[in-house]
Amino acid sequence: MILVEETGPLALIEDLGRSGFAHLGVSPSGAADRSACALANRLVGNAEGAAVVEVTLGGLVITTSKLHWLAVTGAPTQLWIDNQPTSSHTVLSVRLGERLRIEPPEEGVRNYLAVRGGLFAPKTLGSRSTDVLSGLGPSLLRPGDTIDVGHPTGVLPGIDIAPPRRPSKQLEVLPGPRRDWFTDEAWDRLVSARWTTSIDADRVAVRLEGPRLARRVADELPSEGLIRGAIQIPPAGQPLIFLADHPVTGGYPVVGVLTDRSADHAAQLRPGDGVSFHG
Amino acid sequence: MSRRLLDYGPTAALLECEDLSEVLGLLPLLRVQAPINEVVPGARTVLLRLGEALTQADRQRLLTMAPVAIDDIEPTPIRIDVDYSGEDLAEVADEIGATPDEVVRRHTGQIWTVGFCGFAPGFAYLQGEHSRLRVRRRPSPRTRVPAGSVGLADIWSGIYPREGPGGWRLIGRTEAVLWDLNRASPALLQPGGRVHFIAIAS
Repeated sequence: MILVEETGPLALIEDLGRSGFAHLGVSPSGAADRSACALANRLVGNAEGAAVVEVTLGGLVITTSKLHWLAVTGAPTQLWIDNQPTSSHTVLSVRLGERLRIEPPEEGVRNYLAVRGGLFAPKTLGSRSTDVLSGLGPSLLRPGDTIDVGHPTGVLPGIDIAPPRRPSKQLEVLPGPRRDWFTDEAWDRLVSARWTTSIDADRVAVRLEGPRLARRVADELPSEGLIRGAIQIPPAGQPLIFLADHPVTGGYPVVGVLTDRSADHAAQLRPGDGVSFHG
Repeated sequence: MSRRLLDYGPTAALLECEDLSEVLGLLPLLRVQAPINEVVPGARTVLLRLGEALTQADRQRLLTMAPVAIDDIEPTPIRIDVDYSGEDLAEVADEIGATPDEVVRRHTGQIWTVGFCGFAPGFAYLQGEHSRLRVRRRPSPRTRVPAGSVGLADIWSGIYPREGPGGWRLIGRTEAVLWDLNRASPALLQPGGRVHFIAIAS
């Protein structure tokens, strides 16, 4: 069992999300940085989609009810076990009475804490993920919460360290379904401009500030399906990158879409970060 | 305009259809079509989530397959009882130049089809047989709309599955449970489904 002492700004239980319900209005949700979640699980011998804690800007403090094997991945950060500094991106053991603390990351936003055996929480529509947009899944973690741990199934991989990936601020973009609603100049501007991550960034979407992207087609767009990594341009002309808890449909044109890897990087963008796109 | 297949990155594609009937008529066929893992209807499109890239043959099939008749998908409408005492009923009547009673008659006098979902789990966009109830959204959304509120926006009608903010014009209220995780299918209204609204006394 894991005991939550402090949560930092936001700590959530996430796995790799719920698929198959978008036609009923339910977004996939799941870890915002999916590859970091999968890596944390692999380090402790779990299936990649086991439930983990997604920690936003550090501040999580936990103790354990017995010896547990853990790993923390995501943004490069410093961990402490009691007064002993220790590393993210490796396998750690935390014993009864020891206290693990995750510092706010130097850059990036989100860390993933996996526990060998996987975290247990009731499933909603096949997933243990908290969806902040629709309110499905477990509640936000709070100090005093306890989280049960499942039984280990896989072997520990015996890896010393999986080097942290610095969050990239150069995102790979491909043309989206409504690329042709924008002028060629708008596309060139999208991939040549330096964008700034706005303060308006959460698990639903990250808004960017920069030049206005001009439309070629001024029609109103009938609502259509959205995916993680879709770059939508609302009327004001400033891009919005959708993350895990995106709405399932939207009524503004999607000019481009990020690769999966770049969508993971987008989930690590911090307000004020510079961002650029490349094709 | 003919059907088009639009790029949506390496793991998805967007099939743009002639209209909502074609979207709904293709849905049951697309659901069982490899390499499509999931289909998400929109007002005029179907989002296809792909297990692998579409081949030229897949693309050809998607662009030419004949839709099934939507009457064959969900022939029996779900009956939803509505108490038509919504806060915006008089305003809606003014906007379309009719009496409140006439608004109710137009709402109950046609069968609505579930086009797609969005906004919240179980929130369905319903399209009527005619658009003689077309109204604008509220200029600014309400911060709190009660669950079960029946509203209008543009050509659509919809029912709020739970309390929350919303900008639709409210014409009534229903006791029907739109979203329940303890049901085999949590959403009462699913794309392709039909709805018949019935007026009940306040």
